[in-house]
Amino acid sequence: MTPETLAAEFEAAHRPGRLLWPADRLREKALHVRRDIITLLTKAQTGHSGGPLSCADFGTALFFHEMNLDPTNPEWPERDFWHFSIGHVTPVIYSLMAERGYFPLRDLMSFRSFEGHAQGHPSRHDTRGIEVSAGSLGQGLSVCCGVALAAKMDAHPRRVYCVMGDGEQQEGQIWEAAMFAAHHDLDNLCGIVDYNRKQIDGDVEDVMGIAPLGDKWRAFGWHVLECRGHDMEDILRAFAEARTLRGKPTVILAHTVMGQGVSYMADDYRWHGKPPKPEEGERALRELGTSYAEWSARLLAH
Amino acid sequence: MTATITLPDKVEMKKTREGFGRALVDLGERDPRIVVLVGDLSESTMVHFFAERFPERFVQVGIAEQNMTNVAAGLAAMGKIPFLATYGAFATCRAADQIRVTVAYSNLNVKIGGAHGGISVGPDGATHQAMEEISIIRSIPNMSIVVPADYWETYKATLAAAEHQGPVYLRFGREDVPVVTSQDTPFRFGKGEVFADGRDLTIVACGVMVYEALRARETLAARGIAARVVNLHTPKPIDRELLVRCAEETGAIVTAEEHQVNGGLGGAVAEVIVQTRPVPMEFVAVMDRFGQSGRPAELMDAFGLRARDIVAAAERAVARKRG
Repeated sequence: MTPETLAAEFEAAHRPGRLLWPADRLREKALHVRRDIITLLTKAQTGHSGGPLSCADFGTALFFHEMNLDPTNPEWPERDFWHFSIGHVTPVIYSLMAERGYFPLRDLMSFRSFEGHAQGHPSRHDTRGIEVSAGSLGQGLSVCCGVALAAKMDAHPRRVYCVMGDGEQQEGQIWEAAMFAAHHDLDNLCGIVDYNRKQIDGDVEDVMGIAPLGDKWRAFGWHVLECRGHDMEDILRAFAEARTLRGKPTVILAHTVMGQGVSYMADDYRWHGKPPKPEEGERALRELGTSYAEWSARLLAH
Repeated sequence: MTATITLPDKVEMKKTREGFGRALVDLGERDPRIVVLVGDLSESTMVHFFAERFPERFVQVGIAEQNMTNVAAGLAAMGKIPFLATYGAFATCRAADQIRVTVAYSNLNVKIGGAHGGISVGPDGATHQAMEEISIIRSIPNMSIVVPADYWETYKATLAAAEHQGPVYLRFGREDVPVVTSQDTPFRFGKGEVFADGRDLTIVACGVMVYEALRARETLAARGIAARVVNLHTPKPIDRELLVRCAEETGAIVTAEEHQVNGGLGGAVAEVIVQTRPVPMEFVAVMDRFGQSGRPAELMDAFGLRARDIVAAAERAVARKRG
């Protein structure tokens, strides 16, 4: 790819506002996000692989279709608010931010390094556009409740999106926040659970069962939607429906596969918290239609 | 700065937490960004005044301190100035991780009001007698902590916390305590005040121990020891300049706090003194033990938090100084 084609691609991807990209274009961007994730992990040789890959499709839909953002002005007063309560999925967070234009793609190549801003877990202090730091599980939904409540107080049309993990549902504070959001009628709040059924120690249902998860959220006073988390049309359908629901907050249970997109990582909990070795990264990138040399050159060119 | 304080024989008694509650109403009048959150303790933290005046900016969170801390963080991220109120034991120990990871690491403008600090909480016993807040809060980067001495100082500290950009912890007590300052006594965030001068040693105190220090000074004067009393209401950021000057000018320091000796005000002062102008130091504090039920006055006696305990510590410090 030439600098000219990259420039044209980025011009469209970095525009302020809701991009409302169609599913086919989102699928292409999600493929790029997966390539970013594997490339930056291969470079860093540290970080999480599984969760970022399971979040890649609905994350792309959020950033390139659903949310009203201005990446060049992250504090734009009209913006929607997004927060990944699962701070360890920084590979997908930073990829989405860079692809959307918050910072240069080359910053992905200094992930988790002393020199870069891209901390192992997202840091407001270090990365422009990260609004609230995260990394200790269970805290993000409460933060998003505060943001949603501020919007209600100010009669602001902001929508608030909180990405949670399924293992994270084991944290008690999630349910404190769930109770709070329903009690305060925060219908501008949309939770998304990356329901990939795996956590560090194994299958979620073996480690500490959370099922029936939808019933739990319903019992706490939320609208519950489900979607196939790697089916772009189904993801967009769920986001569109969530937007119409009034009176209660909404949670979308996105049924995903940990490590989705890389054959040897898919549905294997051992890939939760480790990066691919260089030869494994190369193999993954071949499956994703590129190579480390090609994709790292793309990142460094911008 | 010296704001000479002389105690009358009969001192007015008033609750520090009422200063917090009244200040919040006045802040609410002048700044629409002020929001108050409470964890089911409206009256005992005295935020009910604010709730009555500004119901649309009052948030009941229920018994969920961890959630409350992060809801406040979200409000702060959107430009509000949230004050949350609960008991100090829950605000710090229970929500320590929320303060560390979300509030302080993000440097969000959250103000934490911790009521029921110290052994003087009384009959509720050890679980409700918060005595670790200074240690916990000051070990977290970006956090500040203020321990006001009385009603008026709590009022002023609450206004100052709203002015300060960044997270602040305010500690106040349960009981009526002596009013030693007035509406006009200077209060500067992060700066100590010399409340009474002397050349033989300095008593550095915070909270209700400022009153005990002033009483101790009277006894010491009768014994020929001239004690300076410094009200160090802000253990963090600490007033290094004043402490170094006191060490140089008086040559001995006694700290007095209604808090664990481990890492509290005494520790904070010692960290400054040993690196700058080492002088003999003695600590009046709770000596690494849990509290218990009892009447506030008898607990203050039993835990060694009285003027007479400061007098004894002062005499030890002066003896060491004279070596």
